[in-house]
Amino acid sequence: MEIFGVPSALLGSQLLVGLINGSFYAILSLGLAIIFGLLNIINFAHGAQYMMGAFIAWLALTKFNVNYWVALIAAPLLVGLFGVILERTMLRKLYKLDHLYGLLLTFGLALIIEGVFRDQFGISGESYEVPEALSGGIHLGFMFLPIYRAWVIVASLTVCFGTWYMIEKTRLGAYLRAGTENSQMVQALGINVPLLITFTYGYGVALAAFAGVLAAPVFQVNPLMGSNLIIVVFAVVVIGGMGSILGSIVTGIGLGLIEGLTRVFYPEASAVVVFVIMVIVLLVRPAGLFGKA
Amino acid sequence: MSTTKQPSALIKTEVLYTGLFIVGLIAPFAVYPTFLMKLFCLALFACAFNLLLGFAGLLSFGHAAFLGTAGYVCGLMVRDVGVTPEVGILAGTVSAGLLGWLFGVLAIRRTGIYFAMITLALAQMVYFIVLQVKATGGEDGLQGVPRGHLFGLVDLSDNVAMYYLVYAVFSLGFFIIYRTIHSPFGQILKAIRENEPRAISLGYDVSRFKLMAFVISASLAGLAGATKTLVFQLASLSDVHWHMSGEVVLMTLLGGLGTILGPAVGSATIVTLQNELADKVGSWVTVIMGLIFVICVLAFRRGIVGEIQALIQRAGIR
Repeated sequence: MEIFGVPSALLGSQLLVGLINGSFYAILSLGLAIIFGLLNIINFAHGAQYMMGAFIAWLALTKFNVNYWVALIAAPLLVGLFGVILERTMLRKLYKLDHLYGLLLTFGLALIIEGVFRDQFGISGESYEVPEALSGGIHLGFMFLPIYRAWVIVASLTVCFGTWYMIEKTRLGAYLRAGTENSQMVQALGINVPLLITFTYGYGVALAAFAGVLAAPVFQVNPLMGSNLIIVVFAVVVIGGMGSILGSIVTGIGLGLIEGLTRVFYPEASAVVVFVIMVIVLLVRPAGLFGKA
Repeated sequence: MSTTKQPSALIKTEVLYTGLFIVGLIAPFAVYPTFLMKLFCLALFACAFNLLLGFAGLLSFGHAAFLGTAGYVCGLMVRDVGVTPEVGILAGTVSAGLLGWLFGVLAIRRTGIYFAMITLALAQMVYFIVLQVKATGGEDGLQGVPRGHLFGLVDLSDNVAMYYLVYAVFSLGFFIIYRTIHSPFGQILKAIRENEPRAISLGYDVSRFKLMAFVISASLAGLAGATKTLVFQLASLSDVHWHMSGEVVLMTLLGGLGTILGPAVGSATIVTLQNELADKVGSWVTVIMGLIFVICVLAFRRGIVGEIQALIQRAGIR
């Protein structure tokens, strides 16, 4: 079976990869948007924290024989805790300064984290076996669907929409939205804003680590896996604008799919297509697709 | 505290610059010239970057694109077209200026943190293009660029001759930046940095000034990159990589953001550190760079030159 002269199996598998990448873009840009909303800091270390999640899962399996399901919960908690410590000891000191200092500090942190992992594990990359319960695949007739890949998409979408629900529909989310609008006022109403900020950063970082664990069996676990991804995610954030949670999710997944299609029809451009779209969006709608001007 | 300088302070500044200029003239007889050439290329790069961040308040996280692109254009012109080195440098500078104009037109549509992210993303796009295009040699970079004869006369394969060319380029670039900062144009940039809405309400076309600053900064970064290619006879992928964009931020921050000599001092410190540490600690260099970054942001935001200036001022008040 062919679609536009392309075998449907090829098209399907590239769209699947696109969907997976898109769900990672969605989780990561979601985390960046939540953190930026409350802390006014762009977390450059987001990519490094995603990589930490993947490495913790890999270390847990190979060194301590801890399985995938435990790592899927434990790695985000550990990395989230690491984020909480960073926020309490360093980021906290920058809130009154220009936003740029937050970017520079987290850039330095990303260099440190990446450097340490590169020294310990080299840059060759480690592979992580797909957990047994999710191995194998289904023949859909027009293509082969590996179960693990389907799981990645389902799991990330669940987490994304869970986060959306928490922010839009719960009391904690209401505090968070209020804090994003006017944190002084929220503080005056008796809500512990510093604690809320710490929690928010920890949660955003934990999301990145969760994506990292999901990614471990799909991609190679590599100290540099985060830094290349994070720059694309920055472009995703510019395209979507950081104003809307659902907007981040839709933009992330949409761009992943476009990237997948590009890989089928014009592979040479697949690395730059997201940046090209960013340029077009900047020309047509500078505030971003879901941004407020 | 008044901003107008006392005549005696002006004379002191002139003495300082003249002294430093003379030190630069005799330096190749005391220090390894290749090291000095690298230092001056990166110092010019950092000064160009500082013009944008320190005086216009625009954080570009993609300045490596200008350094690298100019390097490749200069290398291709000199090696494959066969032009003389000065034409190669000029071509590199102009190409970086054009690229800077493109980046600028797009990035100044947003401000603050978005500006930084857009420049980073655009630079990453340039990186991928350079990686894929055949003419650039991909992963290997552009190798075997001849230094040639300056104006067809002076043989640059001699390291001392090459050094004086680099030094002249640096001094020219530094002078342009100094004049830009102290011109009415520079004052308007500072006004935009301090209070953009007020600058707009005073009738200044803020976007146009930002764009001009961006193009000047990108061209000078290109001047540094083109010269660097001639020095090492190589244009490499690492010059376009985001690591280089981060490094120039670090040099500027460490030396002193918004000071005139700071970026040069910062790049001298970083280049020396990298040189000393490279064979001792290996891959830990990245970690150390990261640590310096963190320390600078948390506790040392004025940078080396900024701290010295603050010390002098405090001593003067007493």
